Amino acid sequence: MKYIDEFRNLDIAKKLYRLINKEAKDLCQVNFMEVCGTHTMAVERFGIRRLLPENVRLISGPGCPVCVTPKNYIDKAIALAAIDDIIVFSFGDMLKVPGTDSSLLKQRPSGKVKIVYSAMDAAMFAENNKDKKIVFLGIGFETTVPTVAASIKYAKKKRLKNFFVYSGHKIMPPAMKLLAGDERVNIKGFLCPAHVSAIIGIKSYNEISRKYNIPCVIAGFEPLDILQSILMLVRQVKLNMAKVENQYNRVVKAQGNVKALHLIDEVFSVNDSEWRGIGVILKSGLILKKSYADFDAEKNIDFPYIKTSVDKGCICGSVLKGIKTPLDCKLFSKKCNPSNPHGACMVSSEGTCAAYYRYRK
Amino acid sequence: MKTITLSHGSGGILMHDLIKDLFIKNLDNPFLNKLGDAAFIKSEAKKLAYTTDSFVIKPLFFPGGDIGKLSVCGTVNDLAVSGAMPKYLSCGMILEDGFSYASLEKITISIRDTCKAAGVNIVTGDFKVVEKGAIDGIFINTSGIGEVFKNQEIAISRIKPGDKIIISGTIGDHAASILLAREELKFKARISSDCSPLNKFVSSIICRGIKFMRDPTRGGLATTLNEISLASGYNIAIEEKNIPIKKSVRALCEILGFDPLYMANEGKLIAIVSKDYAGSILSKMKKHSLGKNARIIGVVGKEKDKRVYLKTQSGGLRILDMITGEQFPRIC
Repeated sequence: MKYIDEFRNLDIAKKLYRLINKEAKDLCQVNFMEVCGTHTMAVERFGIRRLLPENVRLISGPGCPVCVTPKNYIDKAIALAAIDDIIVFSFGDMLKVPGTDSSLLKQRPSGKVKIVYSAMDAAMFAENNKDKKIVFLGIGFETTVPTVAASIKYAKKKRLKNFFVYSGHKIMPPAMKLLAGDERVNIKGFLCPAHVSAIIGIKSYNEISRKYNIPCVIAGFEPLDILQSILMLVRQVKLNMAKVENQYNRVVKAQGNVKALHLIDEVFSVNDSEWRGIGVILKSGLILKKSYADFDAEKNIDFPYIKTSVDKGCICGSVLKGIKTPLDCKLFSKKCNPSNPHGACMVSSEGTCAAYYRYRK
Repeated sequence: MKTITLSHGSGGILMHDLIKDLFIKNLDNPFLNKLGDAAFIKSEAKKLAYTTDSFVIKPLFFPGGDIGKLSVCGTVNDLAVSGAMPKYLSCGMILEDGFSYASLEKITISIRDTCKAAGVNIVTGDFKVVEKGAIDGIFINTSGIGEVFKNQEIAISRIKPGDKIIISGTIGDHAASILLAREELKFKARISSDCSPLNKFVSSIICRGIKFMRDPTRGGLATTLNEISLASGYNIAIEEKNIPIKKSVRALCEILGFDPLYMANEGKLIAIVSKDYAGSILSKMKKHSLGKNARIIGVVGKEKDKRVYLKTQSGGLRILDMITGEQFPRIC
């Protein structure tokens, strides 16, 4: 298949593995973080982790949007679906993520939780079903935000009174800065997200590389992209450099996607936001601007009171920073396991804790 | 629109007419036509295989099949991969009040055609109607009796290190077809389900060299291989580059973030065969229309860690776990 098979070519992959091994030979232990959830998926799916030299370790970052969505958000979404005239629309992978007592998946048989592939499908459903209130769960980073913004603009244009977005949107750079800024942090390089970067461009990473002295490589999602990016990081570490490089230049332009950025800016403004397992990160979330308040679920719907249980003892934040391993966590494999995950690292099936759990079995 | 009502299930004239005009007319065979409380059947076989399966699929009609065809194939295929020639099937239907008569007729005709293709008879049946909302449209249960092939032992205990693993054709077609037919995702592609009875295909390949077979339905190839690995005790290694997948199915999976290895099939089988026979079994498979895309995809390993390993196209190595629940489109 065109644009896929050439980026999975075995011969080139072998060459890259060899080069990584050669270049990393004299390095001490280095941890690189693949920030984005799709990178984590790809690393797992293509079996990349096991073929890297022992001293090059990949840590899964906070870039899986459903994994870092706080429990309280999910509890509230479940409560919304229980209200008579409301139908909740969601991206598919949100459904499995557990809240305090339930998940959206368990609520799906009621017919009041529906999966869509795009926010626009939810807006169009609202247009055709005016007797129902449609709440779209706005989850995702800069990649998905413009599409949700477009659906909100559509709803405004069509004067829909029954379409609302419950925004749990987050933006990536503040989380990366938080991780990079911790002086105990043990990350020697970031594999920066591919599609987020296609929207935001490369300048946000300049500060990270300069201020915190951490190499950044924007990496595509195919195996050869990832391998080449790891090689680029290894070479930077070896030369004691910390700059931003763009491996995914067939898609990511320096200035990003200006049109999409305008769309985000028109509809959303920045606020503080809670990340599951990490806590509140300043200016890392997005809420609807006043001019679009008519479509803000939180401003137009009476949310039922929800008591969300607090996960005491979860050290997800330190695991993400590479400071601690899952084995240091008191909850690990006891209170916290793939069937009953607490922090983001266990929620994601490829998160660091979930992977530890699986391979220790 | 003519519909099925609660009265059709009440045992009176309406039910009698329905059985005569729809079921007997289409499924016509000497066992069923007697309309006894039980069917009397005969068998020369020393050993019989018996299985049952229920079908609750949505949508009821999809490219390449419908719930009727599926309900025959499901039971026929379970018998076939167990090394038995299916002979007699039962069919129980539960319908929701208000179900369209035309749809029931279409489903019945599809059951008839699939039985013909498989060379089996529905010899006994049951029909119930429940209140609106109690079920979703129609549920079907079939069970089947098959005669076990003489001198052929299909048993997981025969699996040994070095055995080859064959898949009879492209994977994920059925799940992809259903996903598109549900129309929740706005894709214009049309993919046909692979839903087909496998018994004639199995009798064309059956030999001593085939040690074990299973049809990778729910959970797909990866889940079935995990079951085989767990039950046999040996690990299994397969090669991604050898696994046949249709281009359309692969494209859909790439877009949605689905893994075709976990997607259901309804007309495929996995055969674990002794390595000396692998070549000849593969060429026999390829001669049959249901096996023309058959490939040797892997081998049973010596290790007893009960794991399934996938060597990826780009040279990586990955553990294929059992799936937890169903797959969903990913936002990332």
